Formats: sequence, C-alpha cells, structure tokens
Amino acid sequence: MFKSDSARKALSVFAAASVLLATAYAFAQTKPAHPPLGKRATDEQIRFWDIDVRPDGQGLPEGQGSVSDGEVIYEQQCAVCHGTFGDSEEYVQLAGGIGTLASSAPIRTVGSKLDTPTTLYDYINRAMPFPNAKSLTPSEVYALSAYILNLNDILPADAVLDRNSLPKVQMPNRDGYTTDHGFMRIDGKPDTNNTACMKNCEKSVTITSELPAGFTEQFYGDVSDNFRDYRPERVAARMSAMVAKSEPVEWSGSQAIETHLCTVCHAIDNKVIGPSYKEIAARYSKDAEAVAKLRHSIKNGAAGTWGIIPMPAQTNLADDEIERLVTWILEQK
Amino acid sequence: MSQEKTPKPGRLIDSTPAPQSRLILPRRKVLTGLVGGAAGAAMLSKATNASELGVSGEAPVKGQGPFDPSWTRVLGKGVNSSPYGKPSPFESNVVRRISPGLTPTPQSSVAFTPLQNLFGIITPNGLHFERNHNGLAEIDPSQHRLMIHGFVRTPKIYTMDDLLRFRSVSRVHFIECGANSAMEWGNVAVPTVQYTHGMLSCAEYTGVPLSTLLEDCGIDMSKAKYILAEGADAASLTRTIPIEFALNDVMVVYGQNGEMLRPENGYPLRLLVPGVQGISNVKWLRRIEVGDQPWSTREENLQYSDLMPDGTSRKYTWIQEAKSVITSPSGGQQLLDKGGYYPITGLAWSGRGRVKHVDVSIDGGINWQRATLQEPIHTKALTRFHLDFVWDGSPKLLQSRVTDETGYVQPKMRQLREVRGTRSTYHNNAIQTWRLDADGKVHNVQV
Repeated sequence: MFKSDSARKALSVFAAASVLLATAYAFAQTKPAHPPLGKRATDEQIRFWDIDVRPDGQGLPEGQGSVSDGEVIYEQQCAVCHGTFGDSEEYVQLAGGIGTLASSAPIRTVGSKLDTPTTLYDYINRAMPFPNAKSLTPSEVYALSAYILNLNDILPADAVLDRNSLPKVQMPNRDGYTTDHGFMRIDGKPDTNNTACMKNCEKSVTITSELPAGFTEQFYGDVSDNFRDYRPERVAARMSAMVAKSEPVEWSGSQAIETHLCTVCHAIDNKVIGPSYKEIAARYSKDAEAVAKLRHSIKNGAAGTWGIIPMPAQTNLADDEIERLVTWILEQK
Repeated sequence: MSQEKTPKPGRLIDSTPAPQSRLILPRRKVLTGLVGGAAGAAMLSKATNASELGVSGEAPVKGQGPFDPSWTRVLGKGVNSSPYGKPSPFESNVVRRISPGLTPTPQSSVAFTPLQNLFGIITPNGLHFERNHNGLAEIDPSQHRLMIHGFVRTPKIYTMDDLLRFRSVSRVHFIECGANSAMEWGNVAVPTVQYTHGMLSCAEYTGVPLSTLLEDCGIDMSKAKYILAEGADAASLTRTIPIEFALNDVMVVYGQNGEMLRPENGYPLRLLVPGVQGISNVKWLRRIEVGDQPWSTREENLQYSDLMPDGTSRKYTWIQEAKSVITSPSGGQQLLDKGGYYPITGLAWSGRGRVKHVDVSIDGGINWQRATLQEPIHTKALTRFHLDFVWDGSPKLLQSRVTDETGYVQPKMRQLREVRGTRSTYHNNAIQTWRLDADGKVHNVQV
C-alpha cells in the first residue's frame, strides 16, 4: 500500500491519500490481499485493554471520588514526588502557574496548561503512580483527579467527580490550544521562509551565545574523547579506563538505590525529598533498634519521622535486599 | 609522488620500493614530537605547506609497534568466539550518553545517539537513541499481543507469530524526537552534536504496512478519522495519528537493521510513522484503536504541544520539518593538525520527503557552497552530505542548511524565534553553528 515514487511526485500528497483511502476501503469490503491472520478479539479482551478516555468522556468507567478521598491517596502515593501542594520543583509540578504561559517563565501544570480534564484521569489511570502504574481503582483515580483540580482552585473542597461530571470541568486553559499551524499536514505551510542565498547573505556575523569557560569540563568531562581518535596515548588511556571499570561487579549500595528508585527521594549526602542517608545513619548511630526500625520503615512505609511527607512502603523489595540496604545505610557516615 | 589537488591525511612512508611508497599510514601528529629520526626532523622543517606530505618517521622495531605487532605472529581465537558480535573494545568511547541534569530520573529520560561517530546514514542498533517515559519495558514475545479494534468489522488479536506471517516490507527512515535541540531554544546549552541533535537515528525498518492490518480487520472508512496507538510499557503511552497518515506509509515494525528491534527501541513491536515526531512511533506497541476524534492524551497536551509567545499552545504538531547538522568537524572535537584537509560531513533530513540539496558555510552564513549528497537519498530518511574543506588555520564558523523537495529551506535561529519565541520546546530545526578556533578546538555557538 505504499505509494510509488512517481505517484508521489505526480499527485499532491493529499490527493494520493484520498486514492489510498478508497483503495483500502475497496480491499476491506471486497478482496483481501491474503487469507486473514490473527484471531477475533473478544469483548472481554477489548474491555480489559481499552482504557483510553476521550475529551467527550467516552471511555470513563463507573466509580466516583471526592476531593477529600483524593487528599488521603495523594499524600500517601503522590506527594512524595509532586510535592504536598502539587508544587514540586524536582518533579512534575501539578498545581499553580495559572496565567504564566505568555510570560518569560511559563509554568506548565494541570491548572495552567491542561485543556481537557479527561486527560488527567486517562494519564493517572494508565501511567501513575510512577513506580506502580495501573494500581489504582477507578474511584481512586476520580478522587485524585478531584484533589489535583482542587489544588489548582478549579474544584471546591466538597467536589465529587464521576464519569458525568469530569468531562464538564471548566479548565482555565480550555481555549488555550490551536491546531492552526503547518505541522498537521504533509503539505502544511511552514512558519519560516528562508532562502537558499549563496553569496553575501549576511552583512555581518556576531556570536550571540556560547557556553561559559569551564562549563563543558565541569559537567561533561573531556568531550574530545567522545570523538574517534587513534593517537596511541589516547587509545592507551581509554583502554586503561575500561579495564578499571570492568572490575567484578559486587553488590553496591549506590547502585541498588538507583535500581530501586530510592534516589527519587534520597541522596547520600543531601536532603532531597526525604533525608540523606548520612542523616539517617547519624540519627540511628547509637540506637540498638536501628536495624529493626529501618527494616520496618522500608518494608511498611513511615510517616512523621522526618517531616510531613510520608515514605511509601517499598513492597517490591525482597527481605534479603532490605537487609543489605539497611546495613549499607547505617554505614553512611 | 602524486600531485593531487586535494591534500590527503596521512604521510608517505620513507622507503624506496616503488609499490609500497604509496601506502598511506594512519594519521600521525607530525608537530608533537611523534616524528622520530633524522629524516623526520628534516621533513618537519620542510613541512611549511599543508599540502606537503611528511614522512611517518616510524622505525620498524622487531616484536612491537605498527610494523611488527603481536597479532601478526599469534594464532587468533577460533571462529564464533563471539556468537553475537560486538564492537572492538577499542571503540568503547562510541556510546549513547545522557545529558547531565536533564531529567530527574533515568526512567523518564533520554540517551543520545553519538552522531559525531557515525558513518553513512544508518544508526547501529546499539546506538539508536532511547527515550522512555516510564522505564524500559522488557517484553517476553510469547506474551505480547497486538489488538486492533474500534471502527473495524472484525476486532483482532495478533500474536508475534501471526505478524511475522504477513508479507514484510523494509524501508529506511529517520526517527527524531520532537524535542531534539530543545535545550538550545534560548541559548547554547550543551557542548556536542550528540546532545544538540542526538535524539535522532535512522534505520532500515521491517514490518507490515499498517494499512494491511487495518484491511485485515475490515476498517470502516466511513467512520475512521484517527487511530490511537498504545504501548505496553508502564506508561502505556498513547498518541493520536490521523487516518491519512496511518494508511499512507505507517508501518507496524518488528525489524531494525536486519534483526529484531532492541528492547530500548520497542522490542518486539513498535509503530513507525515516517517523518512524524519520535513519540508517535509508539514503542512496545500493543493496541491500535480506530476512532473518529483525536484523544488529547497527556503526550499531546501537557507535553509535546508547542507553547507560543502569546501563551497559546499548538496541538498535534506532528511533522518534523527539514533540518541538517555538520557532524564533523563539530562541537567538542579537537582537530589533530593545525590546518590542512578536513572534509566537512553531516546529515540532513526532512519529514516532508527527500533532501534536495545542502549548502555549507564556513563564515557564519555570509557565503555558501553546495555540498555533495551521498546516495542513496531516501524519502524521510537521513541523507549524508560532504564538502571538501582545506582549513587555513584561522577561526571559522561552520554551518549547514538543507532544502527539501518541497522547496522549504532550513531556517536561521532568529527566524524561528521571531515566530515562536524561545519557550516552545519542540521542533527546533534551526541552522547549527560550530566555531572552529585557531587551536583546532570546535565549539557550539549561536549567531
């Protein structure tokens, strides 16, 4: 069904697409190109996978959730990344920023940018919470949607959302989108009209931006080694670096905290969302119960120990991995 | 000795037998003391002209060095010592990289293709850029299904074995993230072409035209206006694709450069939407729904919509417009000799069709020369260009500018900013400038 090159040139793409539509339709109705393959999908299979929700509300399930229900779930499962008031600076900010989109520092949030409230439900339902996608019931997703809209002052504190009310929520940026641009069609009109000038095209050339001295070395290291370079001294340096890196892999705490997503909230040296590992080790250094307490906090979650944001239970960790982590955390001095 | 007009890298070896006197040895840095012996010193003093060839000066030593290395004497390993071949360990610096500080987690992040290291137009599978939204899905193909439903006569489930039985098609296309070069909208932010342009790869993809599958399910063309494509990753990422694209050149692909897709690129199945921003090429594809309205998913609403200076956002900005970049010499590179022949090479592409021509400037865009395009030139694919360049050792501003088959000419940065400001994140296809300094170092700059 691909267009031939000559057809591509002879016809405008739009016209060609119309021809193809007709061809596809003809195939579908009359003569299949080959015997059919695959199996008929059952209604039960389709229902199981068909979770998408459209702006008109099609696809929203039964269930309902209130702002206050949402607050409880949010604080347990969402605040850790998105901030208690949806105001995270580390991860995606969910609330605030309304009216900033035309400014020099636009803040893109559910409240400031989203135009279709159904998208909030659809996305939470399919992709959140980040380490535990598709774990929420429809009523929990309605409740979280309600709470996040409340954080943005779009819904009152007593609001309840369900399949009928969610699509009717009036988003502040509901008129903030346009499809009047050249990117939707292969023959769309581009924004710019540069010319292939060949001689004396500019009166003068001024450098308007470059990286500050030392920036590349500080953040990216010696980037000249990212290029192919077979001088003997460079090859020798690269090979000895590789040998050093390929030491046998043993269990490493710094590796494990990356793998288990602990680093989303904790760092070794400094507070991120939760306390640093050094702070934890210091606090428990004289506590005889330290191992048991940390084991319990990792396994079951904890609240109030270090601040208002609770630590979720790490249900995906095996007991022996928790033991290794606890030992490693207490060694951070 | 040859009297070639274009000087070539390398040196003629200092020996008399005629047949060997034309052997070109690996590049050596004549001016840094690697030249040994009296003959070398003599040549050094004479090497005042970039076109004049020195001698290598390397004296053969028994049992070591390039003239008598161990591998000419030692019996090597047997065949199949590496049943799935890997690059030489000496290429360990040719890898994908992440840009420090770009994203807070590696699960929702991007690893960039090292464009500065690549030849031709095909990206090796291990170096294809990787963008995940909720981590890497590691899929067992026996447990993977593709469902097609919605406005079709027969909704269907296909196993991987079913899909492999359709007659396959192979096509060469680029995939470019809509946010490629996003960090550079306001100012220079990253040092090398890997980070400025490396959310870009090109491969020969193999699979089934989506139109074939839609026919197999009996698509209802009286109702079908859009399709939704959904992945099987933890994001179950979804994107809306218009039916005229879906029935044109969109493919459901399992093959990439002659083998199955890599997990990082959607194993065992992804959508290929040629010329359209990377995210529409949904990885780990498990479901296609035929519908009559766009879905306004999170990845075409909060994300992947282009914020304009007046605060409105452009929605459904699918097509990747024509763009090009010089990959050598390029930012971060250190040219080994101060002056001499340094062919300029790079890549050009367009989401609207074929590359028609590429022009190169060495003076920041005042004057331009037409580059040579390397065959083959596929539609909606990377196209390699070359231009001879003899560097006189003085500072240069290198740029490339593509014109595609629609006549569209790649814009200057300031032309894009006039329309879109600096906050629109996506679709930055501006002309890239590299500054070559007198010391042979190359820097990312904007003019």
